[in-house]
Amino acid sequence: MSWLIFALVFWIGAWMLNTWLANSAWRGSVVVRVLIPVLFGVTLIVLWEGIVRGFGVSPVILPAPSTVAQTFAASTDILWEDFRQTVLKGALSGFVIGVLAAFATAIVIDRSAFLTRGLLPIGNFVAALPIVGIAPILVSWFGFDWHSKAAVVVVMVFFPILVNTVQGLRETDAMQRDLMRTYAASYFDTLLKLRLPAALPFVFNGLKIATTLALIGAIVAEYFGSPTRGMGFRISTGVGSLSIDLVWAEIAVAALAGTAFYGLVAWVEKRVTFWHPSHRGHG
Amino acid sequence: MKNLLPILTVLAAIAALWYVAVAPMNIRGALDMAERGGAEVVPAESIARFDRSVWRLMMDNPEHIAAGYALERPRLPTPGQVGAELWKTTGDMALRGRALSKRSLIYHGWITLQSTLWGFALGTVLGMAGAIAIVYSRVVDMSLMPWAIISQTIPIVALAPMIIVLSSQVGIEGRTVPKAIISAYLCYFPVLVGMVKGLRSPGAAQLDLLRTYSASGLQAFLKLRLPASMPYLFTSLKIGIAAALVGTIVGELPTGAISGLGARILIGDQFGTPLAIWAALFAAAILAGVLVTLLDVMQRVTLKRMGMQT
Repeated sequence: MSWLIFALVFWIGAWMLNTWLANSAWRGSVVVRVLIPVLFGVTLIVLWEGIVRGFGVSPVILPAPSTVAQTFAASTDILWEDFRQTVLKGALSGFVIGVLAAFATAIVIDRSAFLTRGLLPIGNFVAALPIVGIAPILVSWFGFDWHSKAAVVVVMVFFPILVNTVQGLRETDAMQRDLMRTYAASYFDTLLKLRLPAALPFVFNGLKIATTLALIGAIVAEYFGSPTRGMGFRISTGVGSLSIDLVWAEIAVAALAGTAFYGLVAWVEKRVTFWHPSHRGHG
Repeated sequence: MKNLLPILTVLAAIAALWYVAVAPMNIRGALDMAERGGAEVVPAESIARFDRSVWRLMMDNPEHIAAGYALERPRLPTPGQVGAELWKTTGDMALRGRALSKRSLIYHGWITLQSTLWGFALGTVLGMAGAIAIVYSRVVDMSLMPWAIISQTIPIVALAPMIIVLSSQVGIEGRTVPKAIISAYLCYFPVLVGMVKGLRSPGAAQLDLLRTYSASGLQAFLKLRLPASMPYLFTSLKIGIAAALVGTIVGELPTGAISGLGARILIGDQFGTPLAIWAALFAAAILAGVLVTLLDVMQRVTLKRMGMQT
């Protein structure tokens, strides 16, 4: 019971501290902007721990964060093996192939206004579909190893990036393109120096959507058959064999990988599109 | 409507590519069938064929290519086969008065639609509540917003089996609730982001005007912020309902569900009936299209009656 009370007290204390910080004079500073969400996250974990210990929840139903952390530390070799199989081999290779394919397709299609008009609505529609459903088909085509996972990821990331790139390539206005023409710029000069840079914010938008989709695709595909490693495999067998703490450790890895992947793309975006209004003026 | 011709052209090109791809994809299956039927194929043993490329097999056995277009369990069915299967499990069954039989996709689509709508409703309410809290409270804005973004970078599919295990342990019967939770998880984020943008869209001048009318906070919300956010809301609702459908299907895929479109895909995989998988996939696509179109119509009607441009 004392655990529950401690968690509640911690929650109220953290909330008051956050309220005070958010209204204090330092609310614009970087430290406070990071501290507030971190405190919020820590509060959630403390509450979780307090509820599990306070009510004596069985670890088969919901393990406490401390148990998950212990399992995490004790099975880093399994987690690393699964991470390599699912994230590095499946998701990342599929992501790279899918991005390059979508990018090339977008540039080719962009040369024909007719094709662009036809493809944009279809691409938008397909990007909204539950494409994960093709996972079993691709697993039966490409076998159980990471190739089929990469194939699922390729199909899933292709359309969001294609649609965003095509839209981004249409961003430049007639004035800018005319200026390039007065410079006697060729098609490729205009593409490289004007239209691709102008498309970058859209491309990164697609890339950020695709990072999450890549991990989802790689994990779901493993539910339909995989060698005896991989995060999806471990999660689906762990649920069956009641090693729930290991499943939560895998979920933690997936969450960290997803966040890191997204953060990396967002970081590159900030470096590459520093000139865009949405990134200017934040120091 | 001026886009109709380009769209049809692209669709026709995709269908044509699909038909062409069926020949190499199915040549091995066609040759196996022909061998079992006693016809002569080159090379005669299936092990020898395994090492040959599909192009070589097609060149050596041109008379068997056509059989690949009518296999019972093709690696890649033709669009025609998928359409026929779709009709057999929907319209045909409805005509025979068995629309809600367990073998009909109408029944499974209905199961999926239910969870999708529950998840959509839950996600929309959560997203709107979160957006209002974010707009009106700086603490919530600073503590919740980063986690809302992080929550979307976490692959929900990793959590999906856990949500289903948890809800069955807590004593919730059936799968509608866990599936709806997964849908809501995917659906709330676009609504939250869109509503935050929409509720903040009135400018300082407009808010000041209401203050000179000595409007209360609630009046400012109901008469200015909420109406101003409608275009943003509908745009995010369209993204949200598509995401909710994805969530439901993900919730049905990995966890041994027996009804729903995702479960049809799973069962089709386990029983080796590719046509059932493809039909379920297309049914899901049609469902997504219908839902998004409905919301689009609602958006047009609502915004028109509110006097906004669409």
